[in-house]
Amino acid sequence: MNAETLAPTLPEKKEFWRWQENVWVDDSRDWKSAGIVTCGIDVGSVSSQAVLMVDGQLYGFNSMRTGNNSPDSATHALAGVMEKCGMKLEDIHYVVGTGYGRVNVPFAHRALTEIACHARGANYMGGSGVRTILDMGGQDCKAIRCDERGKVTRFLMNDKCAAGTGRGMEVIADLMQIPIAELGPRSFDVDVEPAAVSSVCVVFAKSEALGLLKAGYTKNKVIAAYCQAMAERVVSLLERVGVEEDFFITGGIAKNPGIVRRIEKLLGIKAMESQVDSQIAGALGAALFAYTLMSKKAA
Amino acid sequence: MIANYGYKDGSGEYYISIDTDQCISCSAARACLTACPQQMFEIISDDYDDEVARIRQANCRTLAYDCAECKPAAGYGRLPCVAACTPGAIRHAW
Repeated sequence: MNAETLAPTLPEKKEFWRWQENVWVDDSRDWKSAGIVTCGIDVGSVSSQAVLMVDGQLYGFNSMRTGNNSPDSATHALAGVMEKCGMKLEDIHYVVGTGYGRVNVPFAHRALTEIACHARGANYMGGSGVRTILDMGGQDCKAIRCDERGKVTRFLMNDKCAAGTGRGMEVIADLMQIPIAELGPRSFDVDVEPAAVSSVCVVFAKSEALGLLKAGYTKNKVIAAYCQAMAERVVSLLERVGVEEDFFITGGIAKNPGIVRRIEKLLGIKAMESQVDSQIAGALGAALFAYTLMSKKAA
Repeated sequence: MIANYGYKDGSGEYYISIDTDQCISCSAARACLTACPQQMFEIISDDYDDEVARIRQANCRTLAYDCAECKPAAGYGRLPCVAACTPGAIRHAW
């Protein structure tokens, strides 16, 4: 008997935090007949997106995880969507980079902050009535107010820690060993809504969640307590900038109904439903800025 | 645009708000740049190509400590940055 057969077989380590990556292209249109092709690249701390626009209309996007190298993440995100539609970098007239790694997008003509880009993207996705935007990113939260053109009128960014962000939710998914997409729906499967965990700091909340499990809380109840804590934290940011309808949520957390419904309940207003992936709002806004800048240049 | 720089933590809310519309045609000759003993203000070209003031990124997460020496406990009657900005664009949340 050799050592290999004696070695215990360890269970495969599942990545419960892993969220769905997406590539989409509008097959009903042909980019080759377009006048202006622009691109927005949002390199975030957790995810990266590339959005292609033809003549100011959404044409395709790719949303994927950011690796440990921002220039590579930008390149891979764009390559993913270009491959799907047979486009080359030289076919794109203007590229705007945004997000945490915006200065590291090697082929960008200009870098803009994600605050301006999310406002512009939300204005496109939700219409000119959008006035308040909550961007729940991978490692920070932004509360943004904008006008009918999507121009920022007020903003607040909380980037001191990852509390109340996508990264925090990933940590809880791994801790509970529940796929991240199931956390939201499962947070409603409780008899009585529990009190929020007292800390939203990812490190402290993780140990607090473990303590609650030991105290007899079900997994669903712990998730509900964490979702409530995240909702309370971002609502305090929103209240500081003031909330006015229409209200739009961007970023990966917008896909988590456990957080969204609780935010709506605390604010007393409904968040708009988006037909497009909420995670691409920043890159979409960057592509719109690129279209405006290119149009000015061409005029 | 009202830009809020800072953070909220267990000890309180520490935000400096700058009304950047007032910066575009600053009537105080960018006095904020020299008024702050920590030199936390800088002038940048924002996303809409306007020349506006902002708080340096390195200071955004440490405002409670960086601004401490100008707070009333340190003997100042009025914050130097707020006093220097005669258009009234700068406000502290604490």
